[in-house]
Amino acid sequence: MCNVCGCGAGETTIGGKAVVHDEHGHEHGAHFHVHADGTSHDHDHTHEHEHDHSHESTQGEHRHYHLHEAGASHEHLHAHDEHTHDHHHAHGHTHEETVHYGLGPAGAHAPGMSQSRMVKIEQDILSKNDGYANENRGYLAEHGIFALNLVSSPGSGKTTLLVKSISALNGSLPLAVIEGDQQTDNDAARIRATGAPALQINTGKGCHLDAFMVGRAMQQLKLNDDSLLLIENVGNLVCPASFDLGEAHKVAILSVTEGEDKPLKYPDMFRASDLMLLNKCDLLPYLTFDADLAIANARRVNPDIKVIRISATSGEGMDEWLDWIKAGCSKAVARKSIDSN
Amino acid sequence: MHEMSLAEGVLQLIEDSSRKEKFSRVKTVWLEIGQLAGVEVEAMKFCFDAVVRDSIAQDAQLVIIETPGQAWCLHCAEVVHVQALFDACPKCGSHQVQVTGGNEMRVKELDVE
Repeated sequence: MCNVCGCGAGETTIGGKAVVHDEHGHEHGAHFHVHADGTSHDHDHTHEHEHDHSHESTQGEHRHYHLHEAGASHEHLHAHDEHTHDHHHAHGHTHEETVHYGLGPAGAHAPGMSQSRMVKIEQDILSKNDGYANENRGYLAEHGIFALNLVSSPGSGKTTLLVKSISALNGSLPLAVIEGDQQTDNDAARIRATGAPALQINTGKGCHLDAFMVGRAMQQLKLNDDSLLLIENVGNLVCPASFDLGEAHKVAILSVTEGEDKPLKYPDMFRASDLMLLNKCDLLPYLTFDADLAIANARRVNPDIKVIRISATSGEGMDEWLDWIKAGCSKAVARKSIDSN
Repeated sequence: MHEMSLAEGVLQLIEDSSRKEKFSRVKTVWLEIGQLAGVEVEAMKFCFDAVVRDSIAQDAQLVIIETPGQAWCLHCAEVVHVQALFDACPKCGSHQVQVTGGNEMRVKELDVE
Protein backbone atom coordinates (compact mmCIF):
# COMPACT_ATOMS: atom_id res chain seq x y z
CA MET A 1 0.00 0.00 0.00
CA CYS A 2 0.98 3.62 -0.19
CA ASN A 3 3.00 4.29 2.95
CA VAL A 4 1.89 7.86 3.16
CA CYS A 5 -1.81 7.81 2.62
CA GLY A 6 -2.47 4.31 3.83
CA CYS A 7 -4.77 3.75 0.87
CA GLY A 8 -5.04 0.20 -0.32
CA ALA A 9 -5.22 -1.54 3.04
CA GLY A 10 -5.29 -5.31 3.02
CA GLU A 11 -1.78 -6.62 2.66
CA THR A 12 -0.72 -4.15 5.29
CA THR A 13 2.56 -4.61 7.02
CA ILE A 14 4.18 -1.96 9.10
CA GLY A 15 7.83 -2.30 9.95
CA GLY A 16 7.73 -5.67 8.21
CA LYS A 17 5.13 -6.98 10.63
CA ALA A 18 1.57 -7.79 9.83
CA VAL A 19 -0.78 -5.63 11.79
CA VAL A 20 -3.37 -7.50 13.82
CA HIS A 21 -5.83 -5.80 16.05
CA ASP A 22 -7.87 -7.11 18.88
CA GLU A 23 -11.07 -5.23 19.34
CA HIS A 24 -11.29 -3.41 22.60
CA GLY A 25 -14.16 -1.00 22.87
CA HIS A 26 -14.83 1.31 25.76
CA GLU A 27 -17.89 3.34 26.31
CA HIS A 28 -17.54 6.12 28.79
CA GLY A 29 -20.46 7.73 30.46
CA ALA A 30 -20.45 11.25 31.73
CA HIS A 31 -17.05 12.87 31.99
CA PHE A 32 -16.53 15.81 34.21
CA HIS A 33 -13.46 17.91 33.66
CA VAL A 34 -12.16 20.77 35.72
CA HIS A 35 -9.57 22.76 33.87
CA ALA A 36 -6.64 24.66 35.22
CA ASP A 37 -8.45 27.95 34.78
CA GLY A 38 -11.23 26.79 37.05
CA THR A 39 -13.86 26.26 34.40
CA SER A 40 -15.54 22.93 34.40
CA HIS A 41 -17.72 21.02 32.03
CA ASP A 42 -19.47 17.74 31.79
CA HIS A 43 -19.89 15.76 28.64
CA ASP A 44 -20.90 12.38 27.41
CA HIS A 45 -18.92 10.67 24.79
CA THR A 46 -18.46 7.30 23.31
CA HIS A 47 -15.09 6.21 22.22
CA GLU A 48 -13.67 3.08 20.83
CA HIS A 49 -10.18 2.04 20.19
CA GLU A 50 -8.41 -1.01 19.00
CA HIS A 51 -5.24 -2.50 20.31
CA ASP A 52 -3.84 -5.84 21.24
CA HIS A 53 -3.14 -6.51 24.80
CA SER A 54 -2.46 -9.46 26.93
CA HIS A 55 -2.75 -9.65 30.65
CA GLU A 56 0.11 -11.07 32.56
CA SER A 57 -1.70 -11.11 35.83
CA THR A 58 -2.70 -14.57 36.92
CA GLN A 59 -4.89 -13.37 39.72
CA GLY A 60 -7.82 -12.94 37.39
CA GLU A 61 -8.37 -9.36 38.34
CA HIS A 62 -6.62 -6.07 37.92
CA ARG A 63 -7.21 -2.60 39.08
CA HIS A 64 -7.17 0.62 37.09
CA TYR A 65 -6.67 3.82 38.94
CA HIS A 66 -6.93 7.16 37.19
CA LEU A 67 -6.15 10.59 38.49
CA HIS A 68 -7.28 13.65 36.65
CA GLU A 69 -5.91 17.14 36.62
CA ALA A 70 -8.23 18.55 39.22
CA GLY A 71 -7.17 15.79 41.56
CA ALA A 72 -10.43 13.89 41.24
CA SER A 73 -9.85 10.19 41.05
CA HIS A 74 -11.76 7.11 40.18
CA GLU A 75 -11.01 3.49 40.09
CA HIS A 76 -12.52 0.51 38.48
CA LEU A 77 -11.96 -3.18 38.72
CA HIS A 78 -11.89 -5.65 35.91
CA ALA A 79 -12.17 -9.35 36.38
CA HIS A 80 -10.68 -11.45 33.64
CA ASP A 81 -10.91 -15.13 33.05
CA GLU A 82 -8.68 -15.23 30.06
CA HIS A 83 -5.46 -13.48 29.45
CA THR A 84 -6.03 -12.46 25.86
CA HIS A 85 -9.53 -11.69 24.82
CA ASP A 86 -11.92 -9.23 23.28
CA HIS A 87 -14.09 -7.28 25.57
CA HIS A 88 -16.64 -4.59 25.23
CA HIS A 89 -17.80 -2.93 28.35
CA ALA A 90 -19.41 0.24 29.51
CA HIS A 91 -18.36 2.02 32.61
CA GLY A 92 -19.54 5.23 34.09
CA HIS A 93 -17.03 7.57 35.69
CA THR A 94 -17.77 9.72 38.63
CA HIS A 95 -15.23 12.13 39.93
CA GLU A 96 -16.58 12.91 43.33
CA GLU A 97 -13.77 12.22 45.73
CA THR A 98 -10.90 14.62 45.59
CA VAL A 99 -7.33 13.56 46.18
CA HIS A 100 -4.72 16.29 46.41
CA TYR A 101 -1.08 15.76 45.74
CA GLY A 102 -0.22 19.42 45.49
CA LEU A 103 2.04 18.94 42.55
CA GLY A 104 -0.60 17.41 40.34
CA PRO A 105 -1.05 20.00 37.61
CA ALA A 106 2.68 20.75 37.61
CA GLY A 107 3.25 17.32 36.21
CA ALA A 108 5.31 15.71 38.93
CA HIS A 109 4.90 12.04 39.64
CA ALA A 110 3.85 10.88 43.04
CA PRO A 111 5.75 7.66 43.81
CA GLY A 112 3.74 4.60 43.03
CA MET A 113 0.89 6.57 41.57
CA SER A 114 0.25 7.64 38.05
CA GLN A 115 -0.81 11.20 37.96
CA SER A 116 -2.41 12.30 34.77
CA ARG A 117 -3.51 15.67 33.58
CA MET A 118 -5.16 17.18 30.59
CA VAL A 119 -3.19 19.21 28.11
CA LYS A 120 -5.14 21.46 25.79
CA ILE A 121 -3.70 21.44 22.30
CA GLU A 122 -6.38 22.83 19.98
CA GLN A 123 -4.10 22.73 16.99
CA ASP A 124 -4.89 21.72 13.47
CA ILE A 125 -3.28 18.47 12.44
CA LEU A 126 -1.99 20.18 9.33
CA SER A 127 -0.67 23.17 11.26
CA LYS A 128 2.96 22.22 10.55
CA ASN A 129 2.33 22.13 6.84
CA ASP A 130 0.24 25.29 7.02
CA GLY A 131 3.11 27.04 8.80
CA TYR A 132 5.49 26.22 5.95
CA ALA A 133 2.80 27.17 3.43
CA ASN A 134 2.45 30.58 5.07
CA GLU A 135 6.21 31.09 4.85
CA ASN A 136 6.08 30.24 1.16
CA ARG A 137 3.11 32.53 0.65
CA GLY A 138 4.92 35.36 2.43
CA TYR A 139 8.01 34.92 0.27
CA LEU A 140 5.96 34.78 -2.93
CA ALA A 141 3.99 37.91 -1.98
CA GLU A 142 7.14 39.80 -1.10
CA HIS A 143 8.64 39.02 -4.50
CA GLY A 144 5.49 39.53 -6.57
CA ILE A 145 5.43 35.89 -7.67
CA PHE A 146 2.13 34.36 -8.81
CA ALA A 147 2.09 30.66 -7.92
CA LEU A 148 -0.36 28.04 -9.17
CA ASN A 149 -0.73 24.50 -7.85
CA LEU A 150 -1.92 22.27 -10.68
CA VAL A 151 -3.76 19.19 -9.53
CA SER A 152 -5.41 16.35 -11.43
CA SER A 153 -5.53 12.61 -11.94
CA PRO A 154 -2.54 11.04 -13.66
CA GLY A 155 -2.88 11.34 -17.43
CA SER A 156 -5.14 14.40 -17.57
CA GLY A 157 -2.58 16.18 -19.71
CA LYS A 158 -1.05 18.51 -17.10
CA THR A 159 2.48 18.40 -18.42
CA THR A 160 1.47 18.77 -22.08
CA LEU A 161 -0.71 21.72 -21.13
CA LEU A 162 2.20 23.28 -19.23
CA VAL A 163 4.59 22.77 -22.14
CA LYS A 164 2.09 24.36 -24.56
CA SER A 165 1.36 27.22 -22.15
CA ILE A 166 5.06 27.97 -21.69
CA SER A 167 5.60 27.94 -25.46
CA ALA A 168 2.59 30.22 -25.99
CA LEU A 169 3.83 32.68 -23.36
CA ASN A 170 7.02 32.72 -25.41
CA GLY A 171 9.19 34.39 -22.82
CA SER A 172 6.70 37.22 -22.15
CA LEU A 173 6.68 36.24 -18.47
CA PRO A 174 9.61 35.00 -16.40
CA LEU A 175 8.54 31.64 -15.04
CA ALA A 176 9.72 28.49 -13.32
CA VAL A 177 8.18 25.08 -12.83
CA ILE A 178 8.24 22.65 -9.91
CA GLU A 179 7.32 19.13 -10.96
CA GLY A 180 6.07 16.57 -8.46
CA ASP A 181 6.07 12.87 -9.25
CA GLN A 182 6.73 9.74 -7.25
CA GLN A 183 9.64 8.81 -9.50
CA THR A 184 11.58 9.91 -12.60
CA ASP A 185 12.79 13.24 -13.89
CA ASN A 186 10.80 12.89 -17.13
CA ASP A 187 8.38 15.74 -16.59
CA ALA A 188 11.02 18.26 -15.55
CA ALA A 189 13.02 17.24 -18.61
CA ARG A 190 9.99 17.95 -20.83
CA ILE A 191 9.64 21.40 -19.28
CA ARG A 192 13.37 22.16 -19.55
CA ALA A 193 13.15 21.36 -23.25
CA THR A 194 11.02 24.52 -23.59
CA GLY A 195 13.86 26.53 -22.08
CA ALA A 196 12.08 27.19 -18.77
CA PRO A 197 13.85 26.31 -15.51
CA ALA A 198 12.26 23.28 -13.87
CA LEU A 199 12.99 21.31 -10.76
CA GLN A 200 11.73 17.80 -10.16
CA ILE A 201 10.63 16.69 -6.72
CA ASN A 202 10.38 12.94 -6.36
CA THR A 203 8.10 12.16 -3.48
CA GLY A 204 9.23 8.52 -3.38
CA LYS A 205 6.35 6.78 -1.72
CA GLY A 206 4.51 10.03 -1.07
CA CYS A 207 1.27 10.82 -2.80
CA HIS A 208 1.39 14.62 -2.65
CA LEU A 209 3.72 17.58 -2.47
CA ASP A 210 3.85 19.38 0.85
CA ALA A 211 4.74 22.97 1.66
CA PHE A 212 8.17 22.06 3.06
CA MET A 213 9.25 20.31 -0.16
CA VAL A 214 8.02 23.22 -2.24
CA GLY A 215 9.77 25.76 0.00
CA ARG A 216 13.07 23.91 -0.50
CA ALA A 217 12.49 23.71 -4.25
CA MET A 218 11.72 27.45 -4.36
CA GLN A 219 15.06 28.21 -2.72
CA GLN A 220 16.93 26.00 -5.17
CA LEU A 221 15.20 27.47 -8.20
CA LYS A 222 16.14 31.06 -7.29
CA LEU A 223 12.89 32.52 -8.53
CA ASN A 224 12.82 35.87 -10.31
CA ASP A 225 10.83 38.71 -8.82
CA ASP A 226 7.51 39.38 -10.58
CA SER A 227 7.44 35.93 -12.13
CA LEU A 228 5.11 32.99 -12.51
CA LEU A 229 5.62 29.75 -10.56
CA LEU A 230 3.80 26.68 -11.82
CA ILE A 231 3.72 23.73 -9.45
CA GLU A 232 2.61 20.49 -11.02
CA ASN A 233 1.47 18.30 -8.16
CA VAL A 234 1.60 14.51 -8.07
CA GLY A 235 -1.20 13.08 -10.22
CA ASN A 236 -3.70 12.34 -7.48
CA LEU A 237 -7.14 13.79 -6.93
CA VAL A 238 -7.26 12.99 -3.23
CA CYS A 239 -4.34 13.91 -1.01
CA PRO A 240 -3.03 17.16 -2.59
CA ALA A 241 -6.39 18.80 -1.75
CA SER A 242 -5.46 19.11 1.92
CA PHE A 243 -1.89 20.31 1.57
CA ASP A 244 -1.59 24.03 1.10
CA LEU A 245 1.70 24.84 -0.63
CA GLY A 246 1.41 28.61 -0.33
CA GLU A 247 0.03 28.99 -3.85
CA ALA A 248 -2.39 31.70 -4.96
CA HIS A 249 -4.77 29.16 -6.49
CA LYS A 250 -5.20 25.46 -6.98
CA VAL A 251 -6.11 24.68 -10.57
CA ALA A 252 -7.86 21.35 -11.16
CA ILE A 253 -7.48 19.79 -14.57
CA LEU A 254 -10.18 17.40 -15.69
CA SER A 255 -9.86 15.82 -19.11
CA VAL A 256 -12.86 14.81 -21.18
CA THR A 257 -11.58 11.24 -21.41
CA GLU A 258 -12.41 10.90 -17.71
CA GLY A 259 -15.92 10.70 -16.23
CA GLU A 260 -18.30 13.64 -15.89
CA ASP A 261 -18.90 12.65 -12.29
CA LYS A 262 -15.28 13.00 -11.21
CA PRO A 263 -15.98 16.24 -9.30
CA LEU A 264 -18.57 14.32 -7.29
CA LYS A 265 -16.28 11.35 -6.76
CA TYR A 266 -13.38 13.54 -5.61
CA PRO A 267 -15.18 16.55 -4.16
CA ASP A 268 -12.37 17.74 -1.89
CA MET A 269 -10.12 18.60 -4.79
CA PHE A 270 -12.73 20.45 -6.80
CA ARG A 271 -13.80 22.33 -3.72
CA ALA A 272 -10.23 23.36 -2.96
CA SER A 273 -9.64 24.63 -6.51
CA ASP A 274 -10.50 28.08 -7.84
CA LEU A 275 -10.23 27.18 -11.51
CA MET A 276 -11.07 24.02 -13.42
CA LEU A 277 -9.55 23.45 -16.84
CA LEU A 278 -11.65 21.05 -18.86
CA ASN A 279 -8.84 19.64 -20.97
CA LYS A 280 -8.64 17.67 -24.23
CA CYS A 281 -11.81 19.40 -25.50
CA ASP A 282 -10.69 18.67 -29.09
CA LEU A 283 -11.71 15.06 -28.41
CA LEU A 284 -15.33 15.90 -27.52
CA PRO A 285 -16.75 15.00 -30.98
CA TYR A 286 -15.47 11.42 -30.55
CA LEU A 287 -16.72 10.88 -27.02
CA THR A 288 -20.02 10.67 -25.21
CA PHE A 289 -18.65 12.99 -22.51
CA ASP A 290 -21.21 15.62 -21.49
CA ALA A 291 -19.13 18.75 -20.82
CA ASP A 292 -22.06 20.71 -19.41
CA LEU A 293 -22.79 17.95 -16.93
CA ALA A 294 -19.14 17.82 -15.83
CA ILE A 295 -19.16 21.58 -15.25
CA ALA A 296 -22.50 21.40 -13.40
CA ASN A 297 -21.04 18.67 -11.18
CA ALA A 298 -17.99 20.79 -10.40
CA ARG A 299 -20.29 23.68 -9.47
CA ARG A 300 -22.34 21.41 -7.20
CA VAL A 301 -19.21 20.88 -5.15
CA ASN A 302 -17.89 24.41 -5.53
CA PRO A 303 -20.40 27.01 -6.73
CA ASP A 304 -17.64 29.59 -7.24
CA ILE A 305 -15.29 27.55 -9.40
CA LYS A 306 -14.29 29.18 -12.67
CA VAL A 307 -14.19 26.87 -15.67
CA ILE A 308 -12.22 27.14 -18.91
CA ARG A 309 -12.72 24.63 -21.73
CA ILE A 310 -9.32 24.05 -23.18
CA SER A 311 -7.30 21.88 -25.54
CA ALA A 312 -3.53 21.84 -25.55
CA THR A 313 -3.72 20.18 -29.00
CA SER A 314 -6.13 22.48 -30.85
CA GLY A 315 -5.35 25.60 -28.82
CA GLU A 316 -9.00 26.12 -27.85
CA GLY A 317 -9.28 28.12 -24.64
CA MET A 318 -5.54 28.76 -24.42
CA ASP A 319 -5.94 32.53 -24.75
CA GLU A 320 -8.47 32.65 -21.93
CA TRP A 321 -6.19 30.54 -19.70
CA LEU A 322 -3.11 32.63 -20.46
CA ASP A 323 -5.05 35.85 -19.90
CA TRP A 324 -6.16 34.51 -16.54
CA ILE A 325 -2.52 33.77 -15.65
CA LYS A 326 -1.35 37.22 -16.80
CA ALA A 327 -4.09 38.93 -14.80
CA GLY A 328 -2.97 36.97 -11.72
CA CYS A 329 0.65 37.94 -12.29
CA SER A 330 -0.23 41.63 -12.66
CA LYS A 331 -2.21 41.45 -9.43
CA ALA A 332 0.70 39.82 -7.58
CA VAL A 333 3.07 42.52 -8.80
CA ALA A 334 0.62 45.31 -7.93
CA ARG A 335 0.10 43.89 -4.45
CA LYS A 336 3.85 43.70 -3.86
CA SER A 337 4.30 47.39 -4.59
CA ILE A 338 1.38 48.30 -2.31
CA ASP A 339 2.84 46.19 0.51
CA SER A 340 6.34 47.56 0.15
CA ASN A 341 5.17 51.19 0.20
CA MET B 1 -6.96 9.90 2.05
CA HIS B 2 -3.51 10.53 3.52
CA GLU B 3 -4.34 9.35 7.04
CA MET B 4 -0.77 8.14 7.57
CA SER B 5 0.61 11.67 7.06
CA LEU B 6 -2.11 13.01 9.30
CA ALA B 7 -1.29 10.49 12.02
CA GLU B 8 2.35 11.56 11.77
CA GLY B 9 1.18 15.17 12.09
CA VAL B 10 -0.71 14.26 15.26
CA LEU B 11 2.37 12.57 16.72
CA GLN B 12 4.49 15.63 15.90
CA LEU B 13 2.04 17.89 17.73
CA ILE B 14 2.12 15.51 20.71
CA GLU B 15 5.90 15.44 20.76
CA ASP B 16 6.13 19.24 20.47
CA SER B 17 3.69 19.55 23.32
CA SER B 18 5.60 17.02 25.48
CA ARG B 19 8.70 19.20 25.30
CA LYS B 20 6.70 22.27 26.28
CA GLU B 21 4.51 20.68 28.93
CA LYS B 22 7.03 18.14 30.22
CA PHE B 23 5.18 14.85 30.14
CA SER B 24 6.50 11.45 29.32
CA ARG B 25 3.46 9.41 28.48
CA VAL B 26 0.23 10.04 26.67
CA LYS B 27 -2.77 8.01 27.72
CA THR B 28 -5.55 9.51 25.65
CA VAL B 29 -5.62 11.73 22.59
CA TRP B 30 -8.77 13.59 21.60
CA LEU B 31 -9.05 14.53 17.97
CA GLU B 32 -11.81 16.58 16.44
CA ILE B 33 -12.53 15.49 12.90
CA GLY B 34 -15.24 17.15 10.85
CA GLN B 35 -17.58 15.05 8.75
CA LEU B 36 -16.44 16.99 5.68
CA ALA B 37 -12.70 16.88 6.43
CA GLY B 38 -12.16 13.95 4.10
CA VAL B 39 -10.66 11.86 6.87
CA GLU B 40 -11.64 8.24 7.16
CA VAL B 41 -12.00 7.71 10.89
CA GLU B 42 -11.27 3.97 10.79
CA ALA B 43 -8.15 4.53 8.68
CA MET B 44 -7.06 7.27 11.06
CA LYS B 45 -7.31 4.94 14.06
CA PHE B 46 -5.41 2.26 12.21
CA CYS B 47 -2.61 4.61 11.13
CA PHE B 48 -2.42 6.25 14.54
CA ASP B 49 -1.77 2.92 16.25
CA ALA B 50 0.98 2.16 13.74
CA VAL B 51 2.63 5.58 13.94
CA VAL B 52 2.75 5.88 17.73
CA ARG B 53 4.62 2.61 18.28
CA ASP B 54 7.76 3.19 20.30
CA SER B 55 6.79 6.81 20.92
CA ILE B 56 5.55 8.54 24.04
CA ALA B 57 2.04 7.93 22.76
CA GLN B 58 2.45 4.17 22.44
CA ASP B 59 -0.78 2.43 23.48
CA ALA B 60 -2.53 5.77 23.83
CA GLN B 61 -6.25 5.64 23.36
CA LEU B 62 -7.46 7.65 20.41
CA VAL B 63 -10.81 9.34 20.81
CA ILE B 64 -12.26 10.90 17.71
CA ILE B 65 -14.97 13.50 18.13
CA GLU B 66 -16.81 13.80 14.85
CA THR B 67 -18.32 17.20 14.18
CA PRO B 68 -21.26 17.55 11.79
CA GLY B 69 -21.06 19.19 8.38
CA GLN B 70 -22.58 22.65 8.26
CA ALA B 71 -23.23 24.92 5.34
CA TRP B 72 -24.79 28.29 4.61
CA CYS B 73 -27.60 28.05 2.08
CA LEU B 74 -27.79 31.17 -0.07
CA HIS B 75 -31.47 30.55 -0.90
CA CYS B 76 -32.70 29.81 2.61
CA ALA B 77 -30.22 32.32 4.12
CA GLU B 78 -29.55 30.02 7.04
CA VAL B 79 -27.14 27.37 8.30
CA VAL B 80 -28.11 23.83 7.30
CA HIS B 81 -26.62 20.41 7.98
CA VAL B 82 -24.93 18.59 5.11
CA GLN B 83 -23.44 15.10 5.01
CA ALA B 84 -21.08 15.58 2.06
CA LEU B 85 -19.37 18.42 0.20
CA PHE B 86 -21.70 18.19 -2.76
CA ASP B 87 -24.94 17.79 -0.83
CA ALA B 88 -27.85 19.99 -1.79
CA CYS B 89 -29.55 22.09 0.85
CA PRO B 90 -31.82 19.63 2.74
CA LYS B 91 -34.54 22.30 2.89
CA CYS B 92 -34.74 23.79 -0.60
CA GLY B 93 -32.62 21.38 -2.70
CA SER B 94 -30.35 24.14 -3.99
CA HIS B 95 -26.66 23.51 -4.54
CA GLN B 96 -25.84 27.12 -3.74
CA VAL B 97 -24.47 26.17 -0.36
CA GLN B 98 -21.15 27.15 1.17
CA VAL B 99 -19.61 24.85 3.72
CA THR B 100 -19.12 26.70 7.00
CA GLY B 101 -18.21 23.93 9.43
CA GLY B 102 -17.31 20.30 9.71
CA ASN B 103 -14.04 20.48 7.82
CA GLU B 104 -11.82 20.75 10.86
CA MET B 105 -9.17 18.23 11.83
CA ARG B 106 -7.46 19.14 15.02
CA VAL B 107 -5.87 17.74 18.13
CA LYS B 108 -8.04 18.97 20.96
CA GLU B 109 -6.49 17.71 24.15
CA LEU B 110 -4.36 15.02 25.71
CA ASP B 111 -4.53 13.03 28.89
CA VAL B 112 -0.89 12.75 29.93
CA GLU B 113 1.34 11.80 32.80
